[in-house]
Amino acid sequence: MGGLQRNDKFIRRYNMLKKIIIKSICIFSLLLVFTVNSWSQEPIKIGGLFAVTGPPSFLGEPERNTANMMVDQINKTGGIKGRKLKLVFYDTQGDATKAVQAATRLIKEDRVSAIIGPSTTGETMAVIPVVENAGIPLISCAAGIKITEPVKKWVFKTAQNDSLAVERIYDHLRKRNLHSVAILTVSDGFGASGREQLKLRARDSGITIVADEIYGPNDTDMTAQLVKIRGSKAQAIICWGTNPGPAKVARNAKQLGLSLPLYMSHGVSSKKFIELAGDAAEGITLPSGRVIVANVLAKSDPQKKSLLAFVNDYKNHYRVEGDHFGGHAWDAVMLLKSAIERGDGSPASIRNELENTRNFKGIGGIFNFTPQDHAGLTKDAFVLVTVKNREWMLVK
Amino acid sequence: MELIEQLLQYTLSGLSTGAIYALIGLGFAIIYNSTSIINFAQGEFVMLGGMLTLFFHVTLGLYLPLAVVLAIAAATAVGALFERLAISPLKDAEPIILVIITIGGSILIRGVAMLLWGKDTHALPMFSGDDPIILLGAAIMPQNIWIFGVTLIIITANRLFFHHSVSGKAMRACSFNRIASRLVGIDVKRMILFSFIISSAMGAVAGIIIAPLTMTSYDVGVMLGLKGFCAAIIGGMSTGMGTVAGGLIVGVLESLGAGLISSGYKDAIAFIILLVILLIRPQGLFGKGEAERV
Amino acid sequence: MKRELMKFLVFAAAVLTAPLFLKGGYIVNVLVFVGIYTILAVALNLLLGLAGQISLGQAAFFGLGAYISGVLTATYAANPWVAMVIAVIAVGAIAFALGFPILKLKGHYLAMATLGMGIIVYIIFNETVDITGGPSGLSGIPNLSIGGIVFNTDMKNYYLVWSFVIVTILLSVNLSQSRIGRALRAIHDSEVAARILGVNVRLLKVQIFTVSGIFSALAGSLYAHTVQFISPASFGFNVSIELLTMVIIGGLGSIYGSFLGAAILTLLPELFRTFQDYDIVVYGTVLIVMTMFMPGGLVRGVPLLARSLLVRVKAGLSSEKSV
Repeated sequence: MGGLQRNDKFIRRYNMLKKIIIKSICIFSLLLVFTVNSWSQEPIKIGGLFAVTGPPSFLGEPERNTANMMVDQINKTGGIKGRKLKLVFYDTQGDATKAVQAATRLIKEDRVSAIIGPSTTGETMAVIPVVENAGIPLISCAAGIKITEPVKKWVFKTAQNDSLAVERIYDHLRKRNLHSVAILTVSDGFGASGREQLKLRARDSGITIVADEIYGPNDTDMTAQLVKIRGSKAQAIICWGTNPGPAKVARNAKQLGLSLPLYMSHGVSSKKFIELAGDAAEGITLPSGRVIVANVLAKSDPQKKSLLAFVNDYKNHYRVEGDHFGGHAWDAVMLLKSAIERGDGSPASIRNELENTRNFKGIGGIFNFTPQDHAGLTKDAFVLVTVKNREWMLVK
Repeated sequence: MELIEQLLQYTLSGLSTGAIYALIGLGFAIIYNSTSIINFAQGEFVMLGGMLTLFFHVTLGLYLPLAVVLAIAAATAVGALFERLAISPLKDAEPIILVIITIGGSILIRGVAMLLWGKDTHALPMFSGDDPIILLGAAIMPQNIWIFGVTLIIITANRLFFHHSVSGKAMRACSFNRIASRLVGIDVKRMILFSFIISSAMGAVAGIIIAPLTMTSYDVGVMLGLKGFCAAIIGGMSTGMGTVAGGLIVGVLESLGAGLISSGYKDAIAFIILLVILLIRPQGLFGKGEAERV
Repeated sequence: MKRELMKFLVFAAAVLTAPLFLKGGYIVNVLVFVGIYTILAVALNLLLGLAGQISLGQAAFFGLGAYISGVLTATYAANPWVAMVIAVIAVGAIAFALGFPILKLKGHYLAMATLGMGIIVYIIFNETVDITGGPSGLSGIPNLSIGGIVFNTDMKNYYLVWSFVIVTILLSVNLSQSRIGRALRAIHDSEVAARILGVNVRLLKVQIFTVSGIFSALAGSLYAHTVQFISPASFGFNVSIELLTMVIIGGLGSIYGSFLGAAILTLLPELFRTFQDYDIVVYGTVLIVMTMFMPGGLVRGVPLLARSLLVRVKAGLSSEKSV
């Protein structure tokens, strides 16, 4: 009796062991298959830092949307050299501290090969030491000229320098023989940078700034500043800010009956500005990337094809037209794609290939990077547009 | 003369902005006068007025006056809900606790507005057209006349209600002494709810008439609320006229300061005046002193 | 006393050995920020939880410490440690001077006065572009260094910052347990009663305000040297609100609770990055819910909750037994 029982137990245990061994072999081989598969298809990871919420969300949201859209498109057409592209993005809320934290996370935890963004100059300046230390290329979507001047090894940008916008406006003023201007800038990073450039370039362009006024991002009424400007000898007003401030300035100016020519910055190159300012927008002139007048550009314009493609693609995905700001992300993603294709996809190689990019027809303009110039654009990246009948028109 | 014209314009614009601050400050004063609570969420009701009107008028396509009425009703409902859920359970708590709760409430309302309607700024159409009215060389918008008018009506209604009606006097009694009020048969809890309802309705009205001028977005209530609060403190919360005077003073000084001294520090002006008043005469320029119970 | 010592030693030991388990990953970087915000939260707690004085303008002292350190080192190439000492002393002096007039106020009025102070300081940071760089910020702030060691990696900064945190907590716990701490608590309960008992209420309030300012400035200086870039946006009104939330979550008056609050509010967004858009709603709800249902914060609320649950479980079990 005892012997049979012992035998039974032994047989049962032996069968159980067999089952376990077989199951383990199956699972292990399946795992092996999966891992081998993913090795050969290991995606290229790029990081994204966008201010999707917070005051600069009008920048970060289109940028993130565009980046997602482009990465999807690239993957649908086979990826880059057979490898999928993966975008890991974090919302910085426009906060420099959060941008730094997110950048560190992208580099240390997500192990990205390159980073796109951030959306604002302030955040970019904060992130620069992080990427320089880690040796990861950064393509910022912010406009401050300080980002690439002086040039930093790992830092590039796709948004046009605000200095170029200022030059365009001053050129136009000189053409119209206007020499005294009043500037009205917003007290945030974008406005402060613009104000700096306006003051810096005035003398060389033969422009005198006779009034230098500031308004806050949440101000509801700029009449006081405009009255002061009216009392000065200004022949034109340049307002530098992002929606909704400039729209209020335009309306206040109309209410006061100010007839001086009013210029704005590329910060308001969007349909939203016309919507907010209403009739007060008529006749306002500003420098902008070509994207907002894509459909009225000459057929011979080298950027027209990519511009129209972008505008319509974005519309199909997100129901509104692609704008100036989303374009910065388009340029960044496509520049990265080209750099990865030409090199081996490592951070160092991406950086080198970016530096060697010539004649890249992007949304913001035609890019030519060199070891001394990591911004890549000239003032031709901007066109002058004006509002006529609530639409953007090219100024000849 | 150039300077006089300028000063006139500064003053006129300052008065219009000041009337906005006055309206918002009145909302603070009403709640404070019945409950001794400072409702940091007051600014959000101003935001709700504008945003809800936008929602009803533009998104749902309703006729503007109907949208306005619905917006005020909805904002009032939010105010009542806030009072029932967050304020009344804690009516006897320390001031710190109430301050924190109302701050939390303002953040919550703002967050929900952001989730529902996004972060965009929107313009509302002016009630009486876009053409400015010129007074002695200075320009003022018809919308500003609306603001002055509505403020005047509300102050008068305020005065009549709080000093000449039973409910109004009952509410004032609650702020003087809650226990005594209960002893004479006043339903204190109902009075507190009432004061929140009136306040949020007023805030919403302020938001609606301001929106065509200032444009509206989910965070428009923050600064407006703070400035409105400055107006209430500076003018004194014990009388409606005091609060209104405070608002007008803040508005005009802001405008003059921005025009004559420096536009960058415009926002600081209201707070500097606030600090000065708090340190020299905490009950406000026109307020009556308060005694502290030990 | 012994219990407090035990608590402190356990805390210090955990803090000092934690990085060994974390192997220098990204989380060490986050913990550096947790450390900085812990100092700030403790500073606010001393003022708010202990002494009962509402301050909605702590970010001003944080920012002043950061900017004084930053400008002295980035623009005037001063020695970072000297700059830190100057920043701390200067902010202490400012807090002392401001404290006398401002702390005459109480309750809502004090809250508004500190709020106004915070906003004015923020506007000054924004407008004095020539000194602070204005809204575009100030970059190029050097790291701190001792002898040959430069604090330029997350691990090194972790130990740098948390050494200061440990000292801050030691001093604060000591203060809280001392005669001065009891006097402050008396002021919290009733200023008049405290005065009758011989407490120099006015001076003590200003002194704790100054201490709070000094700690906040220290945090600001550390922030400037670890991030190497500062802009006014990091020192605005919303930061003061975040600090308030941290103190509430942790528990008014509980020093270790402030650490908990700072940790939770800094770590949670990292864990829940998918819910980024909802964070304002969460903040507001947390503030309201915690203040209503757990006024002692998590430090007291959780054990209380656990205890009450235990009691109910025991009661349930014993009622079953009796059946």
